[in-house]
Amino acid sequence: MLLLIPLLPFLGFVVNAFFGRRLTKSISGGLACLAISASFAVSVMSVLRMLGDPSGALQQDVFTWMASGRLSVPFSLRLDHLSALMILVVTGIGSLIHIYSTGYMHAETDGEYARYFSYLNLFASFMLVLVLGASLPVMFVGWEGVGLCSYLLIGFWFRKKSAADAGKKAFIVNRIGDFGFVLAMLLIFAAFGTLDFQQVAAAADGRAVEHGMGVITVATLLLFLGATGKSAQIPLYVWLPDAMEGPTPVSALIHAATMVTAGVYMIGRNAVLFSHAPLTLSVVAAIGAATALMAGTIGLVQNDIKRVLAYSTVSQLGYMFLAMGVGAYAAGIFHLYTHAFFKALLFLGSGAVIHALAGEQDLRNMGGLKKFLPVTYWTFLIGALAIAGVPLLSGFFSKDEILFRTFTSSNPAAKLLWTVGAITSLLTATYMFRLVYLAFHGERRHEAPAATAHPEEEEPAAHHGDAHGAHDAHGHAHGGIHDAPPSMAIPLIVLAIGSVVAGYVGVPHALGGSNRIESFLEPSFEVSDSARRTETLAAEARPAGAAQGGVHDAALEFQTPPEEEHGASAELMLMAISSGIAVAGIAIAWYFWRRNRPAADGMARRLHGIYSLLLHKYYVDEVYDASVVQPIKLISTGGLWRGVDAAMIDGAVNGVGQTVRAGSGALRRIQTGSVRTYAASLFLGVVLIIGWYLFRS
Amino acid sequence: MVPLNHYLVLSGILFSIGTAGVFLRRNLITILLSIEIMLNAVNLTFVAVGRYHNTVDGQIITFFVMTVAAAEAAVGLALVIALFRHRETLNPDAFTALKW
Repeated sequence: MLLLIPLLPFLGFVVNAFFGRRLTKSISGGLACLAISASFAVSVMSVLRMLGDPSGALQQDVFTWMASGRLSVPFSLRLDHLSALMILVVTGIGSLIHIYSTGYMHAETDGEYARYFSYLNLFASFMLVLVLGASLPVMFVGWEGVGLCSYLLIGFWFRKKSAADAGKKAFIVNRIGDFGFVLAMLLIFAAFGTLDFQQVAAAADGRAVEHGMGVITVATLLLFLGATGKSAQIPLYVWLPDAMEGPTPVSALIHAATMVTAGVYMIGRNAVLFSHAPLTLSVVAAIGAATALMAGTIGLVQNDIKRVLAYSTVSQLGYMFLAMGVGAYAAGIFHLYTHAFFKALLFLGSGAVIHALAGEQDLRNMGGLKKFLPVTYWTFLIGALAIAGVPLLSGFFSKDEILFRTFTSSNPAAKLLWTVGAITSLLTATYMFRLVYLAFHGERRHEAPAATAHPEEEEPAAHHGDAHGAHDAHGHAHGGIHDAPPSMAIPLIVLAIGSVVAGYVGVPHALGGSNRIESFLEPSFEVSDSARRTETLAAEARPAGAAQGGVHDAALEFQTPPEEEHGASAELMLMAISSGIAVAGIAIAWYFWRRNRPAADGMARRLHGIYSLLLHKYYVDEVYDASVVQPIKLISTGGLWRGVDAAMIDGAVNGVGQTVRAGSGALRRIQTGSVRTYAASLFLGVVLIIGWYLFRS
Repeated sequence: MVPLNHYLVLSGILFSIGTAGVFLRRNLITILLSIEIMLNAVNLTFVAVGRYHNTVDGQIITFFVMTVAAAEAAVGLALVIALFRHRETLNPDAFTALKW
């Protein structure tokens, strides 16, 4: 049953990958949508069954994958509360994005269209393996798989150099993180002798909380390195903004709603492990907060609509890591879940704008689109309000939960982290509404759209004629801006509704709610009963199992913030502050980009240094290029290529040849051609041999 | 009765004469003749040793050697004639093209 969830999209991939060229668009697109929707249906059924199950989790062992000595890795899928939420998000939002894509990618040729959908299905399949995997290696399969699909989809328009480069960049940067993941996996196996999440958690639970660089701390730091790669955190966030070279629905699916949250999910999955390493948690919180703030400031000045959203994603992911870092795992996952809705909505909305403007992505060339694109405008506005944290929308609840839990956490720098979070919240509201005002309000700054369907893809030569045909069908060949077609509008509307209501599963206690999502998720962050039982049995067998109970209490004490001391009034006050911040952010955006545009330009001119620093993204790409890329290139060309490969390896091979050649050149002089010389040497040889036998004794 | 040593000494002398002929003469036909002398020196040894042991083995093998020598002389002379047609000379030092 569980296997069907990733298997269905995989079948969709197989069909589209092998027969897609011969299928028409409606068949290949419909098949892909059907596969992911069926997977969604199976997910819903599985989750319902899981909730009815007394153990609170379902597990399916598909086959024994690796068995060697102490190592035994079954290919197991496990559905518990945490992965239940994730598969619903992945398949649900994934389905909407698939449907949206049928409209958005309509200008592609049949073959390209099928290729696109096969990648999309493959991605969903791997993401589901990642989420459902019951052990680190199985998760790693999905982890690598989504990395691969990310590469394929970012570089989907590979004829365009920047897209191909962005794909490679994403792949290579992710690889750095994966290396941390693999090392962590080996270390965990060496330390605990198992790779199953439950068993690792149970084993870690029996250990003391580490207050230095113990084995758990090192392992979790390495895991976090993997998370920074996949989830675009400092220092490995650089690939995500470039990933906007891919088609917009891809950005929505991979780079907002699902794949980039894998790192957050992975930390949630290993919550027990992370709880035992306070040092790692502090690092996670600090990196999260720093990323949130940095990406927020960059987002403030970017001019490409998708890049603004990309930095916003990085910033929101920083929030999630902040929550994970202060031990508020449920809050982090809650934000992941609400963020999936409104960020997918915002990306798809921006996709609708780009589609309507025939590929225009520069905010400076937009404006006044409100009356041309009513559906897009209103849904986009809801998304922007939700991400800004305006009360009663989903983003408000999750963001507020994170800020509250940060404020009350036992982390020594809790107040500082909270301040950073609050400033980021202000920035979020400001840059999102800057986007809204620049794109949808004011006057048109854009001429009639050019006659190509996707100048996002600069070289549409291969299917130029086809693109025109699609244009006429859409009826915007004559410069009229059209709103999203139904296949795109419906997902937008569904996501907009989701962005409003998704937060109501986590209404905090202070507002009279019961924070259902937290109590729902909480079991997943603890050691499950069955795993604890086996571990206790094992511990009893060991003589050293005595000190367990006390240690575990200490871990819990660290994990749970002392909520009672602060109480509901503090939470209400923080809530009021963050609502005020959201409104203030919107007001700032309104003043600068709606009311008084020259003020914004004037500000940019007066603070020219900061402005250009932000516009160039703190020159991080340049610094990386100079400090990492160029040295590696230098070593590779000068050292490894010219030095080792050309000089040493080729030299050895060629040297053998040269030696033999020179030796033969010298030896062939012996062959004189003179018969009597030969006879003489023959005679001499015989004399020597006979002499040897006669006189050897 | 002539003792064995006399035969062996004579045979050694004949062999040395043949060897010296092969190395010192500048005529291919003379060289072939010298080779025949060497072969016959060996034949003499065989026969003498066979007689010394009172067996006929030495005489039988001598017949074999004579057969081989006849064949060798036939091939050798044919080659010499062919070479002479090419170069109009019988000096072995003229034929050194087969080298390097």
